[in-house]
Amino acid sequence: MIHGYAGTVLRIDLGSEQIIKEPLAEKMCEEFIGGRGFVAKTLYEELLPDTDPFDEKNLFIIATGPLSGHLLPASGKTHFGCKSPATGGYADSNMGGHFGPALKYAGYDMAILTGRAETPSIIVIEDEKIELRKADQYWGKGSLICEELLKKELGENFQILTIGPSGEKMVKFACISHDFGRQAGRTGIGAVLGSKNIKAIAVKGTGSIPVFDVEKAFKKGKEAFKKVSEKPGFKGWTPEGTAGITDWVNEVGAFPTKNFQTSHIDHNKNINGKKVVERIKITDKGCYCCPTPCGKYGHTKTKMGSAYMEGPEFETIALFGGSCFLQTIEEVAYANYLCDELGIDTISGASVAAFTIECYEKGLLTMEEIGHDVRFGDLESIVYLLNLIGLRKTKLGDLLANGVKTASESIGQGSEKFAIHVKGLEWTGYECRNAPSMMLAYMTADIGAHHNRAWVLGHDVVGAATNVHDLITAGTDSDTRAKAEVSAKASAEFVIDSQHTRPAFDLLGTCRLQLMELGFEVENYAELYSVITGKEKTWEDILEISEKVWTLTRLISAREIENFGRRLDYPPARFSEEPTPTGPNKGYCIPMKDLDSMLDAYYEKRGWDTNGIPTLETIDRVGLKELVK
Amino acid sequence: MELFANHSKCSGCGTCKLACSIANFKQVTPSKGLLRIEGRFPSPGDYRIHLCDQCGVCADVCPVEAITLENGVWLIDEDVCIACHDCVEACPKDVMIIKPENNMPAKCILCGECAEICPRQAIELRQTTAVGEKK
Repeated sequence: MIHGYAGTVLRIDLGSEQIIKEPLAEKMCEEFIGGRGFVAKTLYEELLPDTDPFDEKNLFIIATGPLSGHLLPASGKTHFGCKSPATGGYADSNMGGHFGPALKYAGYDMAILTGRAETPSIIVIEDEKIELRKADQYWGKGSLICEELLKKELGENFQILTIGPSGEKMVKFACISHDFGRQAGRTGIGAVLGSKNIKAIAVKGTGSIPVFDVEKAFKKGKEAFKKVSEKPGFKGWTPEGTAGITDWVNEVGAFPTKNFQTSHIDHNKNINGKKVVERIKITDKGCYCCPTPCGKYGHTKTKMGSAYMEGPEFETIALFGGSCFLQTIEEVAYANYLCDELGIDTISGASVAAFTIECYEKGLLTMEEIGHDVRFGDLESIVYLLNLIGLRKTKLGDLLANGVKTASESIGQGSEKFAIHVKGLEWTGYECRNAPSMMLAYMTADIGAHHNRAWVLGHDVVGAATNVHDLITAGTDSDTRAKAEVSAKASAEFVIDSQHTRPAFDLLGTCRLQLMELGFEVENYAELYSVITGKEKTWEDILEISEKVWTLTRLISAREIENFGRRLDYPPARFSEEPTPTGPNKGYCIPMKDLDSMLDAYYEKRGWDTNGIPTLETIDRVGLKELVK
Repeated sequence: MELFANHSKCSGCGTCKLACSIANFKQVTPSKGLLRIEGRFPSPGDYRIHLCDQCGVCADVCPVEAITLENGVWLIDEDVCIACHDCVEACPKDVMIIKPENNMPAKCILCGECAEICPRQAIELRQTTAVGEKK
């Protein structure tokens, strides 16, 4: 028995339908904790190098953490991993909801799927009973509809994850949906599940998770809830959730606008958190054991239709309300709903739509090729494009379904400069031409341009912390260059600290927002880990493992992607060559020499070589010598 | 004392069920929670909390009078219970369980842990008239 964990790894080979249950290795728990750590270790050890992401040999991993399913704030996170169809490198994506805890109650910390089911199938897990069932009647159905039907068939107590038609068609940014609105959105993991012919996974667990000191863990867990409820932001943050940041991001000139052409909009008051509450929300919708639910479930009505949906959260608002320029929260919510039903990531889906519209406006794509007149700010255009792309309709839809990187390489004519991605993963909701630390965070995030690995925009906005403008305004003289170097090093340090802190929660299996939004102290998590598992780990110990996992994910991408290194850490040329044309950050961009200064400082601080590959000394220092031979 | 539900405050996080299971059975499993949260999705898109209101129907149907009222709470005497599960079947709120370890039924004992842990005060433990008096 390993306290805190369910104790079993479930392996399902979908081709042979062989099911293996093996004991969870205590050494892996000690060295990699759980969640993202389990994903990275398993991919490194078991993924055959150079496997195509859609080959049946690709792994699909579901992993929980030691704190998942326990009585403490927001213990509902579930992690997914595979080789990414979007980037060709390391992929993980996580979601809230109730699935991971249910998997643990059923007895499994982790499930590893290999092979490909012969026909469309669903996996039904009910404690020790595992079934692969035919799913012809569900294939082709939307993610939300499929979940509703499965709940009716299996029962309310099953926790269900589904893919939509886009996952079935292996759209490279297809997501996994759960609980009528939670998604593991990024890196195209839904497409990998689709490639394995798996439409849904349902789990019901009635078992108990062993705890080292159940009385003490109960007491500490209750205290943790009380501490969170006493934080000053507790009452203020929840009503709007992440959407509450919309006005601020716009005010500081970081709001992605019209495919990141600029960074400020005038209609923010029509799409902000207040409008979500006024016009959309029916109820707050919480993940497992979450005291501060960011999920807003509601209803929207537009000229294109009406729908029940969860959201929109900030990222969806930024990408559909800003980058696609939709004018009202109802329209943003409807686009959100359509993505959810198709089963595509709202961030990438909106980005590909915005990229297409800019191509059209610039004359790089014709109306004949697109099949429709498409415009920023027009919901009908966005709905048309999402269906075109999400269902791989027409030759162009099929191309765009591979993401902006692949599409721009095919369209050419300079479109690569405004294909907003890093490593093939579309950029999320913060425009960074006057935010070098956040820019560096996007450049170096291990899955591509994602914000959840490091969020340091606040440092850039404060300015004094990083002397941000010393970097951006540096000339070529030695005096200003010296200041720029100092700024680059400060940015690198902030980013690295954040890249260890935030993903540490992805090891534990909890949400990080109680720390990030309310300031619930990290020491609480170390204490809860210890009383639940019976193993002493300080928060610093957990951060060390977080660094080890970060190094490992870099090594996985370096192994899988040809000529991996610095060349893939740059943002699109728009951010280094085109000064922001309007808004608070008018005139700013970050030239290549400064991007390189930041990368130099970052690699040096991490102990990577000048091409961004971890050195042997670093591999040894972080504790990977035994694994990485 | 009585448990009250404020459905519109519930966000479906399920902390109440987990706390109930730990408090009453020392087990980390919401399947043993002696209350029920119903998510009504996609439509109308809300939650309903189903609580034991100590109505006594379980006692009414018990063939061996194993469920008795003490201080306003119906309690099961496992020494008397014959594990027929009529009470579980009859519970109008569907909030009783059968414990797999001994096949015995279990019901809410009004410990109040669900109300104490709820981060949104969607469940409250309030002073009321005694159950017997209400009837």
